Amino acid sequence: MLRKLLLLGVLAFGAAHPARAADTVDPKAEFTAFRAYFTSRFPKVALDDFVNGPYSMDEGLRKQWKEIEEFPPYEFAVDKGKELFAKPFANGKTYADCFPDKGIGIRQNYPYFDPKSGQVITLELALNQCREANGEKPLDYQKDDMAALTAYMAFTSRGKRFDIKIPDDPRALAAYRKGEEYFYTRRGQLNFSCASCHVQSAGNHIRTEVLAPALGIMAAMPIYRSEWGSMGTTSRRLTSCNSQVRAVPLPPQDELYRDVEYFLTYMGNGLPVSGPGARP
Amino acid sequence: MASTIRVRAVAGAETTEVQSLIQHPMDSGFVKDANGQLIPPHHIEVVQFEHDGKTVFTALWGPAVSKDPYLKFSFKGAKKGDELKVSWVDNKGASDSLIAKIQ
Amino acid sequence: MRCALPISLMVFVAAAGLTMSALAAPADDFKAAYAAAERASKQAAALKTQWTTTVATLKAAQAAATAGKYDEAIALAKQAQALAEASIAQAEDQATAWKAGVIR
Repeated sequence: MLRKLLLLGVLAFGAAHPARAADTVDPKAEFTAFRAYFTSRFPKVALDDFVNGPYSMDEGLRKQWKEIEEFPPYEFAVDKGKELFAKPFANGKTYADCFPDKGIGIRQNYPYFDPKSGQVITLELALNQCREANGEKPLDYQKDDMAALTAYMAFTSRGKRFDIKIPDDPRALAAYRKGEEYFYTRRGQLNFSCASCHVQSAGNHIRTEVLAPALGIMAAMPIYRSEWGSMGTTSRRLTSCNSQVRAVPLPPQDELYRDVEYFLTYMGNGLPVSGPGARP
Repeated sequence: MASTIRVRAVAGAETTEVQSLIQHPMDSGFVKDANGQLIPPHHIEVVQFEHDGKTVFTALWGPAVSKDPYLKFSFKGAKKGDELKVSWVDNKGASDSLIAKIQ
Repeated sequence: MRCALPISLMVFVAAAGLTMSALAAPADDFKAAYAAAERASKQAAALKTQWTTTVATLKAAQAAATAGKYDEAIALAKQAQALAEASIAQAEDQATAWKAGVIR
């Protein structure tokens, strides 16, 4: 009943404002505006530096991070990921058989819109699809082996510039739009949207943490968070962000999570892969 | 099996700066697992750095140190090319050691 | 003619009946409150806008009822319902309000 009312409300609104019905999504224009917002708000930050999240916002944090990078905490995960990546499945095939360029140096192309399945494919989803296609059990999306694999794949792609494409397909545009809606929608009892922290409060503190700007925020994934004492993928961060604002998280590779990753990574196009990253 | 110890020691004009990262769970013994069972304590107790037969740094660790601990310190009296020995022992009696060249 | 029950016994039975229904009422009241809260919570879940506090409060309501603390349980169930309804209102509002924040 409520849904009917909701739908009615939307339809009525649409009918009353025909201009909104013609309201087309223009990712390119939005990309330009998004980038301009952050570069003009933080003029002292070099464009490429945005991928370093909180470290581009706070000098003291940056110093500590530079020291940690001498012996990065994600190093063990990258080594493990390299081993896992090379190990053949029971049927003799390897991950390299599933990916272009044998899976090396391709992080900057994920996530992508797959016209065949009509959905957004993230790197984690692609890895599990590879496993299942080769008779292996899927991995937990949030940490451990999955995070190690993506850490290794990100590491081999460091410095490559993100190049997320939105093909001329209404479904791809819809996915981008859904991701954008997710990003700006307030949720949870604390009533925050992703934008509340990563746009409005970028560079400010939330308790003891410095908030990363949304521009390039996907570039360092997966990350070793000191708070976790381990590696985590984008899904891990999205689910924890949700529960932190008291919203029940979605399943790790839920369509909405993949769509918001698609939207955010697209917004960071042209910026370099900086993953795997270390974060407080 | 790869060493659990990574170390980088750089000799400067006056002092040698040492950084190390050791792979170890460092379970405090106070944390419960998913089934509500306490994970038993498993942490490094002593870390030692030796140069030229002398101990230049000792750390006595316990439950308060986090997983995969990172350590940094400086000491005098070494030069480039010297050897630095790092070793640790944990509360289960396991140990590991590594000899690194000072850069 | 059938003997009527002595007046005292009738009063006792009537009183017992009243007391019984007074005892049964909180459990029933809780069931009703919990059902309403659960309905709202399921609605919020279907909209993918469930709050963690709604789920926790519902659970606490059930736990209080199981422990026989009906007053507390009913209060918690009502709170859970309010939380669920607030989350639904949030979703409804945000369905259009989100656009205002888009960087242009």
